[in-house]
Amino acid sequence: METIFALSTAPGKAAVAVIRVSGSEVPEVCRVMCGDLPAPRQVALRALRGRSGDRIDEALVLFFPEKASFTGEAVLELQTHGSPAVIAAVLGELSRIPGLRQAEPGEFTRRALDHGRLDLTRVEALSDLLAAETEAQRRQAMRGFSGELARECAIWREALLRALALLEVTIDFADEEIPVDVTPEVRALLADVIQRLERQVRGVGIAERVRTGFEVAIVGPPNVGKSTLLNRLAGRNAAITSEHAGTTRDVIEVRMDLDGLPVTILDTAGLRETRDAVEKIGIARARDRAKAADLRVFLSEKGERFADLAQVGDIHLVAKADLQDGADGISGLTGKGIDALVARLTDILQERASGAGLATHARHEFAMRKALMSLKEAHEHLDLGESLTDLAAAEVHSAVRSLDSLVGRIDVEAVLGEIFSSFCLGK
Amino acid sequence: MKQFDVVVIGGGHAGAEAAHAVARMGAQAALVTLSAAAIGVMSCNPAIGGLGKGHLVREIDALDGVMGRVADRSGIQFRLLNRRKGPAVQGPRAQADRKIYRETMQAVLAATPGLTIIEGEVTDLRMKGHAACGVILADGTEIAARAVILTTGTFLRGVIHIGDVSRPGGRMGDPASIRLAKRIDSFGLPLGRLKTGTPPRLDGRSIDWARLDRQQPDDDPVMFSFLSRRPSVRQVSCGITHTNEHTHEIIRENLSRSAMYGGHIEGIGPRYCPSIEDKIVRFPDKASHQIFLEPESLSDSVIYPNGISTSLPQDVQEAYVRSIVGLERAIILQPGYAIEYDYVDPRALDSGLAVSGIRGLYLAGQINGTTGYEEAAAQGVVAGLNAARFATDSAPVRFSRTDSYIGVMIDDLTARGVSEPYRMFTSRAEFRLTLRADNADQRLTPLGISLGCVGEDRQRAFDDKMERLNAGRDLLEQTIITPSGLARMGMPINQDGVRRSGMQVLSFPSVEVGDLASINSALAELDPETAAQLKRDATYANYIDRQAREVEMLRRDEAVTIPRDFDYRCIEGLSNEIRDKLVASRPDTLAQASRIEGMTPAALSLVLIRLRRSLRARSA
Repeated sequence: METIFALSTAPGKAAVAVIRVSGSEVPEVCRVMCGDLPAPRQVALRALRGRSGDRIDEALVLFFPEKASFTGEAVLELQTHGSPAVIAAVLGELSRIPGLRQAEPGEFTRRALDHGRLDLTRVEALSDLLAAETEAQRRQAMRGFSGELARECAIWREALLRALALLEVTIDFADEEIPVDVTPEVRALLADVIQRLERQVRGVGIAERVRTGFEVAIVGPPNVGKSTLLNRLAGRNAAITSEHAGTTRDVIEVRMDLDGLPVTILDTAGLRETRDAVEKIGIARARDRAKAADLRVFLSEKGERFADLAQVGDIHLVAKADLQDGADGISGLTGKGIDALVARLTDILQERASGAGLATHARHEFAMRKALMSLKEAHEHLDLGESLTDLAAAEVHSAVRSLDSLVGRIDVEAVLGEIFSSFCLGK
Repeated sequence: MKQFDVVVIGGGHAGAEAAHAVARMGAQAALVTLSAAAIGVMSCNPAIGGLGKGHLVREIDALDGVMGRVADRSGIQFRLLNRRKGPAVQGPRAQADRKIYRETMQAVLAATPGLTIIEGEVTDLRMKGHAACGVILADGTEIAARAVILTTGTFLRGVIHIGDVSRPGGRMGDPASIRLAKRIDSFGLPLGRLKTGTPPRLDGRSIDWARLDRQQPDDDPVMFSFLSRRPSVRQVSCGITHTNEHTHEIIRENLSRSAMYGGHIEGIGPRYCPSIEDKIVRFPDKASHQIFLEPESLSDSVIYPNGISTSLPQDVQEAYVRSIVGLERAIILQPGYAIEYDYVDPRALDSGLAVSGIRGLYLAGQINGTTGYEEAAAQGVVAGLNAARFATDSAPVRFSRTDSYIGVMIDDLTARGVSEPYRMFTSRAEFRLTLRADNADQRLTPLGISLGCVGEDRQRAFDDKMERLNAGRDLLEQTIITPSGLARMGMPINQDGVRRSGMQVLSFPSVEVGDLASINSALAELDPETAAQLKRDATYANYIDRQAREVEMLRRDEAVTIPRDFDYRCIEGLSNEIRDKLVASRPDTLAQASRIEGMTPAALSLVLIRLRRSLRARSA
């Protein structure tokens, strides 16, 4: 049986994270990553090292021998610092060791059951735990999704079901009257799901954001009060402000804590046509950073819209509200509109951070990445022609299996149902 | 009183195969049938095989069963379906000459040592408590046996409908077996009702063939049996015609006179084989439906118009048939009809097709809710092997979803039951790439040999084939090809420095064994059949490696057996819904339990815990 590993604590930032490894390869894992095996059930402080020998983290290492562990197999418990980067690095190293793989959901418990390690008194407690591992956890994950994501999953499911039905109908009903070439539709369906999955996988980046901080860029023409606003937000003179247009030539960063979320506010060079070589560089840099930021606050006096930089969800404000009236007005000088802006920033970023729910589950990301690989493979098979239809279908099935926990199981009855409702079969 | 190891009731495709399997196992078999002349009759369309079904025939053949050999002898049009798609989804199919098929089957059974054919009507089972131990015939004769296999098809309360006329009966012309049905009722088995239908049969001499398209047989016919080489009889083509708006109009106007739409039928019909009425109602936008005109025999002119099965009255059948191009003057030899019948919910059976609670009783074929000759025959093999094992006090034979379509079907039937007549599709097999028609012998003949159901001839042929395959595979594994070697062969490949074995290179879509002969000239010596099979194996090698883990997980769950009397009520924490489903389907293994609709991993774990607990309690 393969040796399995998984993060046992909740994903995300915490003081400590526990990573468990179970199976016969445990001594080898220990040798590769942190030296010889510690005495059973004795805590040892060890440096965890990657393949290249670099130190990943310092961790408390616990070893439980076979027949005297939770799963009944040799178990290694690594208590690392609970940072997503450390966890990712350790999991990455483990996955590179031959004979190891990421545990399936509930697999540790399953092995414990297989080895008869669970006593009767714990059955009750375990059933709760198991429920949390599967149904409730799935529901929780679904709650974590915004409504948008739940709808998204329904779209994946429908598209994959349809793609499978189209592929299977050409296979199982080859001698019947069916559309001659279904591949264009299948290809379109797969391309759409691939694109959507990729977007979700990118959402994994949100988790990264929660760790490293969101970036908010203040953008606008010169001398509109960007630096004054930054100073007001930061409560200190971080950027040099002056009446002279084009003062901020570089990008200035101020780290803030918005209701628990780390946020970096970027003050960028004022956007205008210029011949000053240095200012040009500053403006180019400002544009790049503004584009890459998570959110942009546009300041303008005359209602410019910055169409080339603006993205959906950005904030547009009228600057220097101390000099003019208006609902969306803000003034770094008087502080007018600052509280409203902070509240708005917080709302937007909180919502985005919550949108990371799905992606923070390593298991889901793993599933999505696996599904993506399969679907891309299926797409390539389809390009190579009819002779690979069986392999293309196998890849789509495999993608569906990867996504089972997200889209629900699509079994043969569902596929046949779709086939029979779409095509008139039976010669 | 006559004494046998196993008595088989019914001489259809399930019964014939079951009796033959029992005899192959070296046990004494009796096949009791109403008419020995009806053994091997094809009561529906005159074709064997197809997608999924062809796979089943190959598997039956791999176990040395009869269907494949008989179909090869009687085939008048061989076609390999999905020829242009991958080998995993290619299905051999053949139109069979109905008469030759029947006669060949009867001759094969008659020549089988240990198989006795008895004409008579079984009216009851001999029972010893809760064990079946033989049958009683209408004339009072009793036949003793250690096991009984019931393969009575649609005979359980069968009702035939032609329009608003209905009468009891299985196939046209046979009396229904109502007395036997009462005995089966007494077992309290869960029953359901299904229906199926046939088209009218036409006189080929009244068809205007000149106006019709033809479907030709394959130029290089692919046989069912691993032992057959070529067709035995003349090959013919089929005609193709289509329904039209006028046909549809006639049917629409007379819908209320159809047994189905007139409310005479309550059974559920198959979605993949709808009547022409169904097609027109469910797909009103379709202006035309294809019909294949299939010759039933080389020796008569009966034509089976595949695609227009019906339960309309005879005069309407005649009217719509004659609205079709080429059939304007067609004469109907026998009207189409729908048949309704009882089936036993197969969830009452174990994976050897034995009835739970009645020792020694096995069910196979259409009575279990399936449709199709191939599905019936495959069940016949399973029931035959298991009944013979039971009669000789040996452990049951289990087929798995990981080793065969037979295993897929048995598992689907016994774990999930049926909601319409069950037909095999390749999409039912999750390990489709492994379970190919081309490797059915590689998958199952060793099992057959170990069971003792494979004859010497086949064993010799199989050993010889495997020897050639293994030698060829070794040769390929020893052939090492560098990227520059590949480039010289004209293969566009990255100069990645990876040295590949011949087997790995053979997995590339465009490479054939012959292409590698320039690197290892010994490969040129491989016979074409071996080379083709190695190519097929190589094509899927990567996928099969990837599926290996899934197969292993499934096998592990299959290894956890659940006793038939397992008490699900004692499991705390199971939802009522899941508990009811578990009680209804009584899964044999944890794997079967996992496939029950709505099953959750949490519930499965609870079952597993309870199982281990009772095991420990038993061993303590």
